[in-house]
Parts: sequence; C-alpha cells; structure tokens
Amino acid sequence: MRAFSYVAPDTVDATVAALRTAPPGTRILAGGTTLYDLMKLEIETPPAVVDVHRIAELDTIDAGERELVFGAGARMADVADHPVIRTAYPGLAESLWQAASQQLRNMATVGGNLLQRTRCPYFRNGTEFPCNKRDPGSGCAAVGGHDRAHALLGGSDACIATYPGDFAVMLLAFDAVVDVTGPAGERTVPLAGLHVEPGDEPTREHVLAPDELIVRIRVPATPAGRGSTYLKIRDRESYAFALAAAAVGLTVDADGTVGDCRIGLGGVATRPWRATEAEQTLIGGPLTPQTARRAGEAAFAGARSGAENGFRIELGVRTVADALRIAGERATR
Amino acid sequence: MACTVNGRDVSLDLDPRESLLDMLREQLALTGTKKGCDQGHCGACTVHVDGRRVLSCLTPAVQVAGQAVTTIEGVAGEDSGLHPLQQAFIDHDALQCGYCTPGQIMSGIACIAEGHCGSDDEIREYMSGNICRCAAYVGIVAAVRQTADAVRNGA
Ligand SMILES: Cc1cc2nc3c(=O)[nH]c(=O)nc-3n(C[C@H](O)[C@H](O)[C@H](O)COP(=O)(O)OP(=O)(O)OC[C@H]3O[C@@H](n4cnc5c(N)ncnc54)[C@H](O)[C@@H]3O)c2cc1C
Ligand code: SF4
Ligand code: FES
Ligand code: FES
Repeated sequence: MRAFSYVAPDTVDATVAALRTAPPGTRILAGGTTLYDLMKLEIETPPAVVDVHRIAELDTIDAGERELVFGAGARMADVADHPVIRTAYPGLAESLWQAASQQLRNMATVGGNLLQRTRCPYFRNGTEFPCNKRDPGSGCAAVGGHDRAHALLGGSDACIATYPGDFAVMLLAFDAVVDVTGPAGERTVPLAGLHVEPGDEPTREHVLAPDELIVRIRVPATPAGRGSTYLKIRDRESYAFALAAAAVGLTVDADGTVGDCRIGLGGVATRPWRATEAEQTLIGGPLTPQTARRAGEAAFAGARSGAENGFRIELGVRTVADALRIAGERATR
Repeated sequence: MACTVNGRDVSLDLDPRESLLDMLREQLALTGTKKGCDQGHCGACTVHVDGRRVLSCLTPAVQVAGQAVTTIEGVAGEDSGLHPLQQAFIDHDALQCGYCTPGQIMSGIACIAEGHCGSDDEIREYMSGNICRCAAYVGIVAAVRQTADAVRNGA
C-alpha cells in the first residue's frame, strides 16, 4: 500500500474545511470496505484520506411521515434492522440485509455503499490485464473475455463493468435524492443523476466532485414502500453479488389495477438501472403472470450480451416477473 | 493511537496503512485472530469493536482509536473457562482444521447478541460471512442455536 496522510475530523464543518485544503487525489474514507480494500490492492492510491466514519451527526436514521432520512454515515446493518424500514419498506431492508455479510454491514455506511466500485476481476486483480478503468487507454479485457458477471445494459466498447451495489437500485426505484456539501457549497442530486454510464470515460463513475461529501440520503414516503421487494439472484444463497436483481415497488387498486409501479434492475447494468418502459407496460392494467413476464421482457429489450453472460438476460426477465409477483402480494395484503 | 484490547489499555505508534488484523497479530502477538483472505471475503479475521462484529482485515487500525476491541483471546469467562459458544463448538464437532473457528465464534457471539438466531435459516443467513473450508457448517449452526437457546432460556 502507498503511504498516505490521515485525518479524522469530528464534524461535517471540519470535514469540509479539511477537504478544502486537501491535496489533489484525497479520498473520503467511511467504512473502508471498498476504499481501504482497493488501497491494499494499490488500485486506489490516494496521498491523503479524510476519515468520516465516526462523525456522529452523519450516523442518523429518521423514518419520518413525509420522508426517510438516512445520514450518510448510518451503517447498513442499522438501516436494515430499523423496524419501520422492515415493515413499511421491506424492499429497502432486503436490499441491505441481502448485501455483503453482517460484519461488512456493521462497518459499511449507506453513503459509501452508493459509491462502491465494480467487482470486475480484471479491474481488481492486476496489471497484467488491460483495463480502461484502472489504466485509461489500455483497453478492456472483459470485452470478448470472461464476461459472465458483466453488464448487459449501459455498457460501452470501453467498459462493461457491472455496478455491483443493491441499495442504490432500490433507492432509485423510490426516487431518492442525496444531499451533498463541500467547499463549493451544498446541493441536492437525485439518485437518478448520481451515477453515470462508462461511455468513453470509464474512470468517471458518478457526478460528485472529489471534495464533495454526501451528508444524507432522502427517500420520499410512498405507499409503494409496503408493496416492495428486492429480489436478488446469486450463485449461492447468501453473501454474493447479484447475477440479476429486481427492485420493485407497487400499489394495486381494489379492482386489481396497478396504480404506481417502480422497477429497478441490479447486477445487470453499468449503473443502477430504472426500467421505465417496463413500468409503463403495467400501470393501469392488471398484474398477471403474463403481464409480469412482458414487463420483464420490456426491461431487458435493450440488453446486449457478450461471450458468457447471455444466460443472465432470461434470468433477469424472470427475476423481474417474480419480483412483481412478490411485490403484488405485499401490496394487496 | 490508544484503544483497549480485551479490556487492557493499548497505546501504539501506528502507520495509517496498518490493518487492525496486522496490529493484533504482529504488534500485540494476539494470533488467535486469523488472516484468511485479507480482502473481506472469509470472516476468519472477525473481531468485535465496541461490541459489534467487524472484519479486522478491512479496518485501518487508526479507525478504532478510543474504542474497545475484543478478540477470541478475550471471550473466556472470569475463571478463564471456555465461553459457552466455545464449549458448544466442541459439543457439536463444529470444526475440523480450526482455522475459521475463532472468526466463527466471534461472529456467533455477536449473532446471538443481535438476536439474529430465530431459526436455523436466520442463523445461516447471518453467519454467511464466515466461510469454512472444511464445511463444518452443520455443527456450527447447531452450536450457535444451542447457545442462543440457552441465552433465551436465561441460562
Ligand atoms: C466481500 C464483500 C462482499 C460485498 N457484497 C456486497 C453485496 O452483495 N451488495 C452490495 O451492495 N455491496 C456489497 N459489498 C460492498 C459494500 O457494501 C461496500 O463496500 C460498502 O457499502 C461501502 O461502504 P463504506 O462505508 O465501507 O465505504 P468506503 O469504502 O469507505 O468508501 C467507498 C467510496 O465512497 C466514498 N465515500 C464514502 N463515504 C462518502 C461520503 N459520505 N461522501 C462522499 N463519498 C463517500 C469513498 O471515497 C469511496 O470512494 C461487498 C463488499 C465486500 C468486501
Ligand atoms: S469492464 Fe471496465 S473495469 Fe472491467 S476490464 Fe473492462 S474497462 Fe476494466
Ligand atoms: S481475512 Fe478478513 S475476511 Fe478474510
Ligand atoms: S474448520 Fe477448517 S476452515 Fe472451518
């Protein structure tokens, strides 16, 4: 690991002050489960880190009537176990407790979770492979290579790395926003505008400046919370990243008509993915195995497979259909 | 950096690069905490920080300043007898080579304290961060369940 300087401010204000004078390349450190891991692998080599993991004012959870507010420093485990989240937003809880392991969820923050980096093995495991994300201009070993876990949606010729996180996909389906602050001031970024596709610049993964701190995540309260699920399909039953995942939130009227419908896709795209066309196929109509299947097909209509990942298109279609069934049951309970 | 480890005050000059795992093993000679993958995958390095289970391999040691660290060396009872979960591991043959065992036990103690032991399925889910190469999982689940049941019944 490269040497780095370390500061751990006590407050958000002190963090902004530290970021204002920090050297270029400085990184914010929270739970470290992405950043410190990649520093050990020398894929991240910051000259300085600003540790925000123990800032009390960031470690908050507020399940209010009008919105849910998670401080960026709230631990995944604590949000997942929150009684209101578990009952009124089961999909949000599932997107957290089905991620990583309890040890990691005790360390990892929800803010850091949003900005976790890809698990592409060529990116993580070394300089013998070309990787445009690690070494711009070197090429992409995954295109035409072992791409079993790579993205079906949102890829480019330069990079097809999957966005691996779960929570952000459910947040996207619920129209969440993040409040950020930094030396240049405060702003609010919708989750839908936070992550970017790789295009020809795979090193850029989101729109935040390096000195911008996520302060909190806000989720507008919605009745679709109760009718929600995060269905995650994995190589093993627990403690693995998604091969395909669907984040669904629904309301269903008394006559069986779908009112509100939100569908996010996880583990299959280069960024958290909202399947808007799929949502449109269901709104105002009945939810049946056939309409659910058709929505799944609409969600993957634009999918592009490579050498080894084609099976995940059908898997994804079925995951969406199954998630719609589960969400429908919850919405009408 | 000052913290406590198994109740004792520790004060060390640390390079911020050093992991909590390396600090425990190399500086404090507490080698019960194991290094499996060093990348957050296996759970062998599980310890408690302020009572919560975490992975010491992915924790920069400087981050635990002022906190209480507990390792497998610190779980024994006052008379240095085995912790009930340690005894349960023996009772249920919950280990073969034993390499994952300290991590399993630290994780299991926390799993019981968290209340994530309602069923065997819940134990499996909440213990899934601890991989056992020898696949002693059946015994591990039984040992955690026995200890959790004993706690619930006020033993
Ligand atoms: C073995 C393993 C399995 C995993 N499995 C899953 C899984 O199944 N599903 C899943 O979703 N995740 C999984 N993860 C990823 C894990 O959830 C993330 O690493 C974690 O959520 C990141 O949070 P952190 O607090 O540790 O962030 P850090 O590692 O500290 O930071 C991550 C990034 O976010 C930035 N950052 C952190 N906080 C802020 C802030 N407040 N403002 C601005 N920038 C910030 C950092 O600079 C860094 O770039 C797994 C990780 C491991 C190691
Ligand atoms: S998919 Fe992206 S991260 Fe993976 S090797 Fe290609 S450029 Fe690198
Ligand atoms: S050594 Fe820490 S998880 Fe494997
Ligand atoms: S007993 Fe050998 S790894 Fe678990």
